[in-house]
Amino acid sequence: MLSSNLILELYIFALAAFLGYQLISKVPSVLHTPLMSATNAIHGIILVGAISLATVAHGVLGTVIALAALILATMNVVGGFVVTDRILEMFSKQHTKVSDTR
Amino acid sequence: MTIVRALVYLITTVFFVYGVMRLRQPATARSGNSLAAVGMFLALIVTLVGVSIHHPLILIIGILVGGVVGASSARLVPMTAMPQMVALFNGMGGGAAALVACGDVLRLVPSARTGPAGLAIALIDILIGAVSFSGSIIAFAKLNEWMTGRPITYRGQRTVNGVVFGLLIVGGVYLVVSGAAGQAGIFVAYALGAVALGVLGVVPIGGGDMPVIISLLNSFTGLSVAATGFLLGNDVLIVAGTFVGASGAILTQLMSRAMNRPLGNIVFGAFGKLQTGAGEAREGTVQQTSPEDVAILLSYANRVVIVPGYGLAVARAQQEVKELMTKLEAKGVDVMFGIHPVAGRMPGHMNVLLAEVDVPYQKLYDMEAINSEFPRTDVVLVVGANDVTNPDARNNPNSPIYGMPILNVDQAQRVIVLKRSMNPGFAGIDNPLYVHPKCQMLFGDARQSLGLLLQALSEVVA
Repeated sequence: MLSSNLILELYIFALAAFLGYQLISKVPSVLHTPLMSATNAIHGIILVGAISLATVAHGVLGTVIALAALILATMNVVGGFVVTDRILEMFSKQHTKVSDTR
Repeated sequence: MTIVRALVYLITTVFFVYGVMRLRQPATARSGNSLAAVGMFLALIVTLVGVSIHHPLILIIGILVGGVVGASSARLVPMTAMPQMVALFNGMGGGAAALVACGDVLRLVPSARTGPAGLAIALIDILIGAVSFSGSIIAFAKLNEWMTGRPITYRGQRTVNGVVFGLLIVGGVYLVVSGAAGQAGIFVAYALGAVALGVLGVVPIGGGDMPVIISLLNSFTGLSVAATGFLLGNDVLIVAGTFVGASGAILTQLMSRAMNRPLGNIVFGAFGKLQTGAGEAREGTVQQTSPEDVAILLSYANRVVIVPGYGLAVARAQQEVKELMTKLEAKGVDVMFGIHPVAGRMPGHMNVLLAEVDVPYQKLYDMEAINSEFPRTDVVLVVGANDVTNPDARNNPNSPIYGMPILNVDQAQRVIVLKRSMNPGFAGIDNPLYVHPKCQMLFGDARQSLGLLLQALSEVVA
């Protein structure tokens, strides 16, 4: 059961978990919301899974599940990135202002 | 083609990680988000290229509908509604992950993990994804005021939730041991039970705690995406999902630390339930004031600190607050903003709102910086903030928020509170600040009150 593929994937899992934890540990609290929102968009990568499902889906049940997964995942990706960009637009506006006044 | 795809997925991963690295500083944050989006786009293109598609129409309809609904809803909602939009889109991702896992169990997609281990991963995936899906929708409904923001509790609630969770575990183990084929009834019940668990779990949590819950559910969705990656043998899903799962977990921790409450207390505490015990009756009386009195008080002050809260966001009064700042500064008053880390519905919520109306960054002070200024402050103007100013957090060990760091507004000479009514705030806790001799209340919608105040400033104090 433990193929070398699975071992490799478990390596990836462990390192990605460590990286995610480390990257976020020291961040100013003002950026917590944009970070939450951006990582929210990133897990929209599930759309790749939804596409794989949709390319091979068959039968009524398969079609329904694939369609629903596609719609939900696309909403996650598109909505996630757009919302994050709107939040961050505020920050960059702030920043140009700060440098203007200096 | 598989090699090309794998390489592009690797590039996508680099874009994601580098994007998040840039998101850690305000100056580069926006470009970080764009980089992550580019990485996503590459992954999607390379997934679509060179595959034979059974029903291209499904693919086109699905992506079109999801894209249009996602983009337009994200574009059109006001800035104040951003927290619930994050919750909503998070729920969509969790639902998608659970659905793909269902497709795997139903053998609709070629699986990389067959046998009991694959089934076990799929069932865990469905559980986490479905909980994230329904839990996020409840969080959305609470924040959007489609349902009450207060905790909904009933006798034996924890037992009910425990039993549902236990049944899911038992059902899951049974499915794995017996093999899902031919157990369609139990499998459907399992999936529906997971959806129900998300609803049951989030319903007793108060609206004030929603940011932490959304972050937790964000982490859940990440983990379910990673589980889907194991099912499909897709590395980019594993990396990105795990990455989000881990960063969501630490974000959740940081947020609950900012509220000085352990995560378990937030998830299981039904925090913010109205206290029914009449034991701690208010002492003293509430003093009401008028816009004219406040106008005079403010214009003769040397230093005014404005403490914004969720009420400001709800009333969309940020423009009026900015005008008030401009007017007072024209009169030589020193105006500062005191921002509590959990003011509003998300960390940084107030910063975003005030930035929207061009309040300079340098005027926003965080909790530690502003707390040392209060003793030298003439007037504090609390605009729609409540629990983050509650002195009980400092003084009353029986208070549910005892120990939470607050803004010590009661150390200033005078406190003016703009508030809709005497109703307790989101946490449902009495605030003794309101009967403090230094404190006066100006009742009404924050935007209207500020409008009247601005008018009074130009009329009374010419």
